[in-house]
Parts: sequence; structure tokens; C-alpha cells
Amino acid sequence: MKFPLSWLMDYLATTDDLDDILSYMLKAGLEVEHVDNPGESLGAFSVCKVKAAEPHPDADKLRVCTVDTIDGEKQIVCGAPNARAGMTAIYAPLGAYIPGLDFSLDKKPRKIRGVESSGMMCSAKELNAGDDHDGIADLDDKYPLGMPAAEALGLDDPVIDFEVTPNRPDWLGVKGIARDLAAAGAGTFIDDNIKRVSGAFDCPIDIRIGNESACPVFAGIYLRGVKNGPSPDWMQARLKAVGIQPRSLLVDVTNYVSIDRARPLHAYDAAKLRGPVTARLGRLGEQLPALDGKTYDITPDMCVIADASGAIGLGGVMGGESTAVSEETTDVFLESAWFDPLRTARTGRQTRINSDARYRFERGVDPQSCRDGLNLAARLILDHGGGTASSMKIVGEPPAARRRVPFYTGDVLRLTGLKTKSAAMKKKLKTLGFIIEDAGDLWYLDPPSWRFDIEQSADIVEEIARLEGYDALPTLSLPAPEGGVKSQTTPVQNRVRTARRTLASRGFLEAVTWSFMPLANAKLFGGGEAELTIANPVASELNQMRPTMLANLATAAQRAANTGERGVRLFEAGPVYLGDGPKDQRTVITAMVKPDATRHWQHGASPYDSYSAKADLFAVLAALGQPPERFQVDTPRQPHWHPGLGACLKLGPKVTVAHFGALHPRVLKALDVDGPILGFELNLNALPHMKTRPTKTKPVLDKPDLTPIRRDFAFLVDESTAAGALVRAANGADKTLIEAVDVFDIYQGAGVEPGKKSVAIEVTLQPRGENLTDSDIDAMSAKIVAAVEKAVGGILRA
Amino acid sequence: MTDIQTIEAETLTAIEGAGDLPALDALRVAELGKKGRVSALMKTLGKMSPEERQDMGPKLNALKNRLADAIEARKTVLEDAALDAQVANESADLTLPPRPEPVGALHPVMQVFEEIAAIFGNMGFAVAEGPDIEDDWHNFTALNFPEGHPARETHDTFFFHPQQGDTPKVLRTHTSPVQIRTMTSQKPPIRIIAPGRVYRNDWDATHTPMFHQVEGLVIEKNVHMGHLKGCLIDFVKAFFEVDTVEARFRPHFFPFTEPSAEMDVKYTKKGETIEIGAGDRWMEILGSGMVHPNVLRNCGIDPDEYQGFAFGMGVDRLAMLKYGMPDLRPYFEADVDWSRHYGFAPWLTPSVAGGLS
Repeated sequence: MKFPLSWLMDYLATTDDLDDILSYMLKAGLEVEHVDNPGESLGAFSVCKVKAAEPHPDADKLRVCTVDTIDGEKQIVCGAPNARAGMTAIYAPLGAYIPGLDFSLDKKPRKIRGVESSGMMCSAKELNAGDDHDGIADLDDKYPLGMPAAEALGLDDPVIDFEVTPNRPDWLGVKGIARDLAAAGAGTFIDDNIKRVSGAFDCPIDIRIGNESACPVFAGIYLRGVKNGPSPDWMQARLKAVGIQPRSLLVDVTNYVSIDRARPLHAYDAAKLRGPVTARLGRLGEQLPALDGKTYDITPDMCVIADASGAIGLGGVMGGESTAVSEETTDVFLESAWFDPLRTARTGRQTRINSDARYRFERGVDPQSCRDGLNLAARLILDHGGGTASSMKIVGEPPAARRRVPFYTGDVLRLTGLKTKSAAMKKKLKTLGFIIEDAGDLWYLDPPSWRFDIEQSADIVEEIARLEGYDALPTLSLPAPEGGVKSQTTPVQNRVRTARRTLASRGFLEAVTWSFMPLANAKLFGGGEAELTIANPVASELNQMRPTMLANLATAAQRAANTGERGVRLFEAGPVYLGDGPKDQRTVITAMVKPDATRHWQHGASPYDSYSAKADLFAVLAALGQPPERFQVDTPRQPHWHPGLGACLKLGPKVTVAHFGALHPRVLKALDVDGPILGFELNLNALPHMKTRPTKTKPVLDKPDLTPIRRDFAFLVDESTAAGALVRAANGADKTLIEAVDVFDIYQGAGVEPGKKSVAIEVTLQPRGENLTDSDIDAMSAKIVAAVEKAVGGILRA
Repeated sequence: MTDIQTIEAETLTAIEGAGDLPALDALRVAELGKKGRVSALMKTLGKMSPEERQDMGPKLNALKNRLADAIEARKTVLEDAALDAQVANESADLTLPPRPEPVGALHPVMQVFEEIAAIFGNMGFAVAEGPDIEDDWHNFTALNFPEGHPARETHDTFFFHPQQGDTPKVLRTHTSPVQIRTMTSQKPPIRIIAPGRVYRNDWDATHTPMFHQVEGLVIEKNVHMGHLKGCLIDFVKAFFEVDTVEARFRPHFFPFTEPSAEMDVKYTKKGETIEIGAGDRWMEILGSGMVHPNVLRNCGIDPDEYQGFAFGMGVDRLAMLKYGMPDLRPYFEADVDWSRHYGFAPWLTPSVAGGLS
């Protein structure tokens, strides 16, 4: 909302200057966004009178002027062709900064072709105040000597632009702004009493209301013999200042009243109206060619103004073309109605019409402003366009006033900590238009008809606190919670932190990527549910909630590779979405590697492969306190993993906690990503929670006294046998004595028949209490061999 | 006697002459071994008279000790020489680079989340969470945004397609629905912060369709707006790691708070650097207010018994202000150069006691 300061002063008696007004606005909650003060840089300039203008003795185009200025009589050499005796002009004293030229005059008089010159007379262009560069500014003689130039040029009226919060539609009128500022202490509110226009005849228009909820009240005045010429200069200046292009008296007056008191009106060319004017709901198939030149389809949900010809306006939104006023208009029907905010908002959204009227009606127009607004508009038209007015015709009733609000005066202290006196509170509330019934600690308040945001005591507390100023409230640190500060994070939050820091320490860069992705890509990753498709995406490629973070990370890695990056390691910890319910979101951590092709003088380092991904995954699991032996590796359950080089990690037969390995080349091809891409995705919600123990004490260290014994075994098994199964079997041969089983060789080739492989393991036996004898060890070896043979058919190699 | 002197002289010469450890050991065996010369002399003591033994015993023992010491000394010399020879043959060109190891880093937004949690954790706030996909009631209605309220329009909401005629689900436009989820699932007193992703359909130089907020909520019996001011000023000081912060609170409108306030802090801009706390300009950093009685009622909390305050702040912008990232857009591009430059080392764990950054 924009308004020039002078307009505000119609309703505010104050000695405050612009800066004071701005700080009152801030204090009261009117957030100033911009102040346009064109006269700000013109402080040095003032009106002067040219007494004489003689030719320069030494230059044809220059004149030597004798000028009466605020600083006394000055001799000024001037090059403007229009400089003449008797002229009223603008004087710049020595040393003045000329904004349009971006330089400052010398501080001492200087000689121009031998003639001394003390100051300058300026053009409007040199003052950044216009484009008339034919010479110096030639002002009306009515401006007195010494008057500030900003005032003479009409630039002394700063325009303030501020944010109107949705709860305060009354701030969409200058009068409403003044009322709040007065209550905040900026001056005295001037409430104008608009005189009723005395009607010379009865309003000949038959006004009807077809739907009382859409339009409960409709008032009208009929004016005859009006000349619809240009509106007066002052009105045009104010409208221009707020960004409205003046058109004609009738249009300008309706716009003026809308800005002046947040009261939209509409003017019809009465000669173009056919029959009764009705506010009713729209009919299917109706259309409205509107004032903006577009034709709108009417729906039965909209409120239209109609006459015998059909819809002639969208109530509270925009008028129709067929009954618009023009220069030829002499008879006018002025409408002042009240339209339901919700319906107006819906109509505005459907038609995408953003009019000043819609903006006001959907936020709420003072229902009691029908008469005053109409009277003010009729008065302005009569004053500036002549003619005669009918009496006002009102159909329907304004919606009922809001109920009284109980206000517990102690709530101010309770909710804000502010100590304030009853008298001060009353003064503020009365200025705002509240009617107060004082019943001691409890007051009953009737909110003014233009306030829709006052329902309960807390709403009054806000009025008192903001008008007093939040600076007046105490500033107190929050007391420590009773019983002290406890640990405040959940196990999953702690997992996220630990897992992130583990991966970062293993060389991964953390990314944060969109929660959405292209629907087509989501389908590649097993997603794409209809319930997770965004109806109004910001871009068509961001229209599906992600089922995984792998796609975003892989495409990011490809982008990096395209710019020359070799070897990309990224991870992200965040949400993925399995459905639209509150429990369908998972917190996962995903690591992704696009392996490196760099060379190094120490050859032989193996490239990042599925086993590296497994190592990173298990490093994270170890950091999270998850023993590796509780998990089982199985074939991947998701379609985007390589069927042979990818796997899932299970916890028992049902729960899948992670996938790891290589992504499927077909998926990479569809994403336009060069493979291989390796990594893992770990569901942090699926991991079992550690049992909380009553003590933080660690168990006693169990350090064996006896030296461990290590024995090697090599088994022949089928090529397809999982080494993990063999290891598990060996491990299970004796739960107490066997401490570790490690695979140290996998061999196929000479000495091993085709279709078989040799798996060599080292078993670590940890004796306790007494040393193992040779026969003990032999017996254990036999148990291991038997267990492996039983589980996977492994035969001990000779 | 001659024997002792002769043996000693001969042996000491031989020890000095021993060229390596095996030669020295052979010498030791020849003299001090079971069948060595000195041992042979020791054996003669048994046949001597007590007087002779009295005389010769100590002399022979002394000889034995002197020779043993000399052998030990020579042994040390020879071992040193052997190590010198070995080391002289071992060398590597240590100007060569080791195998490179990738260096990881944490994202600034995630780091700042932890910083904020550390500060509020110290004031007794727990970290709460809620889903990104919300229903209309949690995101709007319960927060006192009535159906059709113009404040809803300002949120640029992302909608899902309605399922079976229900009101369509939305992507949460703020972290405030976590207030509702918290108040409907636990009893006061409550102190929580809720960090998370939020979404609005807006994409330009200063807006991204996804961004991050931290919500705060305090519900107790006696906290008022003065505590709100103090708590948030304390937070800003701790977060920007400055001793004083010039702050002001302005009235504003949020449907779910009454009274409502926006917080501005003073700052200075020197070139590209922003210093928070003092200066000639004000910057808005968060929205706040006393929890609206309607919101408390919607969550089954009696506003005559409990009251409190709530606040919400944009984390991406706070991170920009603190760490000088000039642009919001690369936050979500997973750009490796940006991550390395603006990211944090994994061992930098924010804590109030140990310093946030």
C-alpha cells in the first residue's frame, strides 16, 4: 500500500516529520518497505526572482542576470535561452550539489568570460525533477521568493510504501492508517463527518439482491447531468503518487475513495443499464466482457451484478465493459455494496483478476462504510463534474456487527510482561474506535466495524502492546527448566549426526538435494506413486517426491564429472517418501561414489567397487554401534541395483535396512549418467535401538591370558557358494573357542576343477583358562571341517 | 701370574681385532666358555692351598669380569656398525606424493542446524520432528489459518492431487505444524525446536522451492513476551558468537501467534562481509509471537492455564549471514567445489561450551 504523506495529513494532526511518522509506523506494525522522497536532495534549492537579464559583454549566448534570492541580490551568469527579466526561477547557492549533473558548484564565485557569477539557476532536469531541458525552470510567478524548490516543483510530498498484513484491511485506506498512527502517539486523528448528499430526486434504479450471503447490502445513488472530464489536479496528483493512472472524473473518484477509506465503489453509465440491477449468483454459460478487455466465463459460484442484458460486473472484483463510463457519460449510477470475502477471493482466484476492489473485499471491507463512501463519491462528483444527485437507495442490511469481546486487563501483564495503566489503555483503544464498558478487571469491548481481527482478550493485548511499543516490554532470559537440562535429541537424530560425520571423515562431501525429482526418474527407482505427485510443481522436472536420494546424487556426480572432476564422493542424510501418510517418511543416509580414474606412482590400489561400498556401509554401522554379524547379505530388493554387483542388507528375514553395491546400468543410462556408480542407502529408522542400560559403566575388560592359536583351512566349494555362508558355518562350529574367521584367499584355476572354487580361511582360536593340547586343536579342526561340509558342502583341500 | 697377564693382553688385543659379531662370540667361547682358557684356570683353584686360593681367586674373578666387559663393549660397537651399514642401504624418495585420500566435508545448513540445536539444547529445548507431507489441518487450520483466509494465499503452497475426495495433502510450508504435532502428543511444559525442510512454490534469486526452517515452541505457565525477547536475543548472540546484539521487535501478523513480532538486528556491511550485532542498518531475521489461544485450544491445551511463545527462522539465510555464502542457489546443487569451500570438517562438532565454529 502506497500513500503520499500529504494525504495522511488529511486525517492526522501532527507536528511530526517524515522520520517520526516512519518510526511510528514501525512501532505500530506497519512495515515500511520503501520511501520515495524525490525532494530529499533539493534542500539547498529555493525560488528566486530574476530582476534583470543583460547580454554578456563577451559571449553571445550568455546573459548576466541580477537575481533576488534567499541569500540577497546575486549576479548570476546564465546560458539558458529562456532567462529573462521578471522570471520566477530556481536558485542554487554556491557550493550546492546539483543532483542531475552529479557535481557541486564552487564554494567561491567564479568568473565566466570575465564576469563574476555567484550561484546558478537550474533546469528541472538538473534537479532530477523533469525533462524540460529547453532552459532553466520557468515557474509560475505565484511562488514566493525563498520557497523551497521541492515545494514549488511539487516534490515535497514523500510517498510511503508499506506491507499491509492480511489481518488489517483497514490499512488499505489512508484514513485507517492515520487512525492507527494517532493511537500509537503520532498525533490526533481527524475524523471527517461526511455530509449526506441531499437527493434532488429518488434513485430511479431498481436495486435487487438475489443472494444475501454473497451480497447482503447494496446502496446506490443516481447522478444526472454530470460532465465526465478530467478530475481535479490535486486528485490526479494523489492517484499518480500511489501508482494509479488518472482517467476521468468518474473513474478517478471511485479509485480515490477506495484508497482514501478502503471502500471500493463502481460507477455505471446509467444510460447503458437495462432494467433492474441485481446482485445474484452467476449462471452457467454466462460470460462477462470485463473492463480489462478480457471476457470471463461465469460460474454459479460467483457473485455477479446483472441487469436485463445479463452479467454487467463481477461483484467486488471488476465491472463490465458494456456499462462502463466514458467521456460521453452524463448520467451515472454509483454502486456501494458489500461482498462476501470468501466468495470474492474464490472468484478472484478463478478469474485471476487482481483488482484493488478484489484485494479489499477478500480481506474485508468495513460493512458500515457503504453510506459514507457513497456520499463522499457523490459529493466529489457534484463538486467537480456538476449535475444533480438522487437520494441514496439502500437494499438489504450490512452484516451484523461482531460480538463484544471480554478483555481481562491483567492479560497484558500475563502475556507480555508489560505494566500499563488503565487510562493509557483506554485512550489507545478509544482512538482505534473501540467502545469500552469498564467492569473493573474485566472490560467489554465493541470492536469497530472495520476490524475483523478482534475476537478475544489476547487480540486486545496485542493492540495495547504494539501501540505501547515492544521496546517497552521487559527483556528476560528464559529461566533454566526445572530439574536441569537433559539430553534433548532422539536416537535417530543422533544416528544422523554420527553417520554424517563418519562419511565426511571417510572422504564424502555432504549434499542437500531437492526432496522432489522427475516422475520418470522416480519410476526407475521403484517410486512414482500417484499420491506423491505434486499437482502444481515449480518445474515439470520436480514433480514427484523422491523414493531415494541416489538419483539426485548420481546426476550431481555426472554434472561434476562433466566439469572435469575425477572421482566424486557425495552423501546426503535426509528424507525419502514411501507414501503421503505421516509415517511414510524415512530418514536415510545415502553415499554415492563415481569412481576415480586417477593414476598414482604406487600402482595396484584397487578401484572403488562394491566391496568398498560395503566397507563404507559397515563403517557407518560400526559407528552407530551396530554389530556387523547381526546383518545378512542378500540379493537386492530394489530394481535400481545391479542384480549381481548389488545387494541388500537384512535384519532377519523381513527387515531390509540397506542396499549397497553398484547401480543398475540401465537406470544409469536412463539418467544419462556414465557408470559405474556405487554406494549404499541405509534406512536409519530400520536399525534396532540399543537397549538403554541403567548405568553408563562399561563391562570389565576381558583380556585373555593365553596366546591365541591360528589355523588355516582351504575348502573346495561350488563356484556359486556364498563365502559368507561358509564363514558363518565355520564360526558356528564352536561359539566359545572360535574368536574370528577371516577369508584370506579365493582361488580358481590349476588344481581346482571347473565349477568349483577354493576358499581359504584363517580361524583364530582363543583358549581360556588352560592351553589347548594338540589333540584339542585336532578335535576343533574336525568340528570346523564337519560344520563347513554340512552347511555348504565344502571339502577340505588336501 | 704370567698366565693371567698374558691371557689378558692376548685376549684384549683379540677383542679389539674382532671384525664382526660371530668372531667376537667365538672369542668369548674360547676364553670364557665352559672349555675356555679362563675357565680352565678357574678349575685349578680347587687344587690350590687355601692361601694360594686366597690370592688367586679374586685375581681370576677380576680377569673374568674385565674380559667380559671388554667383549660387551666391543659387541655394542659392532652392533652399531652393523645398523649403520644396514641403514646406509635403506632409502626412499620421500619427495614423492603419498596416495591421495579424498577429503570430505559437511553441508553448512546441516552444520548450522546442529549449532542451533546446541544453543537451544542448552536452554532445555528438545529437538522435535514432523513429516514433510502434511495435511491441511496441521499445516493451516490448526494454526488458525481459517479456510479461505488470505494468509493462506501468501504461502505459495505445493499441493498433492486429492485422494478419494479428501482435502489435498500439502508440502508443509513452514515447520509450524510440528508445534501442533508436539502439543497434541505431549503435555506441557514443552520446550522444543523443530528443524526441517519446508516448501513454497517460488523460485528466483532469493527463493528456492525447498528451504530450511527451525521452529521453536515454549509452553509453560508463566512465560511471557519478555522471555521471548530475552530468549531470542540470547540465541542471536550465541549463534553469531558476538557479545552484544542490538535488536528490536516489531509488531507483525502471523495467524498462529497473538501478539506477533518480527525481530530485526543491527548489522554492518563491509564490502562482501556482514557483521551482525551493531551497525547502521536493520535486518529482519525471524518471526515470533505468543502462541495464539485458538492454537492452544485446537491442541487441547487450556489457554487460561498455559501460555507460551513460538518462533520460526530461515536456516539457509542464517547460514548465509554467518558464513558469508553470497548466494542461496548453490545450496541444493551438490556442487563439489562449493561443498569443499563452504563445508565443515567432520570433527567440528558444535557445542556451546566448546564453541560453535
